Amino acid sequence: MNPFPASEYLIPLVFLLFAGATIGGALIAVFTKWIIRSVCGLAMASVGLAGMFYFLHSPFLAMIQILIYIGAVCITIVFAIMLAEPDEPQDGYGQHSVPWNLGAGIVAAAVFWGIARLGVTGDWPTPAVRVSDGGVEMIGVALLTKQSLALEIVALILLVSILGALAVARKGRHIE
Amino acid sequence: MSLLLEIHQSPAVYLVLAALLLAIGLFGLIRRNTLVGMLISGELIFGAAMLNLMAVNRFFAPDPTVGHVFILFIMGLSAAEVAIALSIVIAVYRNYRSIRTGDIAEMQG
Repeated sequence: MNPFPASEYLIPLVFLLFAGATIGGALIAVFTKWIIRSVCGLAMASVGLAGMFYFLHSPFLAMIQILIYIGAVCITIVFAIMLAEPDEPQDGYGQHSVPWNLGAGIVAAAVFWGIARLGVTGDWPTPAVRVSDGGVEMIGVALLTKQSLALEIVALILLVSILGALAVARKGRHIE
Repeated sequence: MSLLLEIHQSPAVYLVLAALLLAIGLFGLIRRNTLVGMLISGELIFGAAMLNLMAVNRFFAPDPTVGHVFILFIMGLSAAEVAIALSIVIAVYRNYRSIRTGDIAEMQG
């Protein structure tokens, strides 16, 4: 049986698709005038990031990424927009002056250049031996043994944030 | 041509991608002047951190489970951050009828 023609290009193509979704979604999230499109850009970037996680040998995190970022974070932000955002962007709404944007671009470009240079030219050590393959079973065992403190702290943080969100959002509420 | 075929196995690609995502998020954080827009940019920065840690974890760490636990920690933090930040946004909107950062700068000198 012959392989599918040009099948060796399929994996890089899918990779580039996900990388493009990540960067394109992030650009949409930052540059668009409408805040609801910005949320859609964030969702697109999250799909791209999930693909990146898949390529980095962790389908588990890819699933969690879609579940939490698209299923929870984006939906919550959409709720907040429905409650607290005017429909039409007015003139100059959500925008600073041109020099301000130019300064932001310069800062972002400097950060990108510095960190990308560190990543590319850095002398990264390759480990001699890998103690595990990072599968879901190993993550579960680690969460309940070696990393159990992290699990407990995340649980505590989520509890405190739920209580804090309830307390803050309830405070200004009046019965009219 | 072989470079293109191996693109998904080179750590530098992932690190540059994460740096680009961080830069875009930082740019948005400075550029936006609504609270929700700034929050979305903050989420992009969280994503950049996750991608960077995951790339280092995949290629350079002897025990990959540590990175997974770290990413789960970051995701929990970002979900908690969104919950708190959005409740603050709602509270601010109730008081000021606006979520523009310029309108709620009452305490500036």
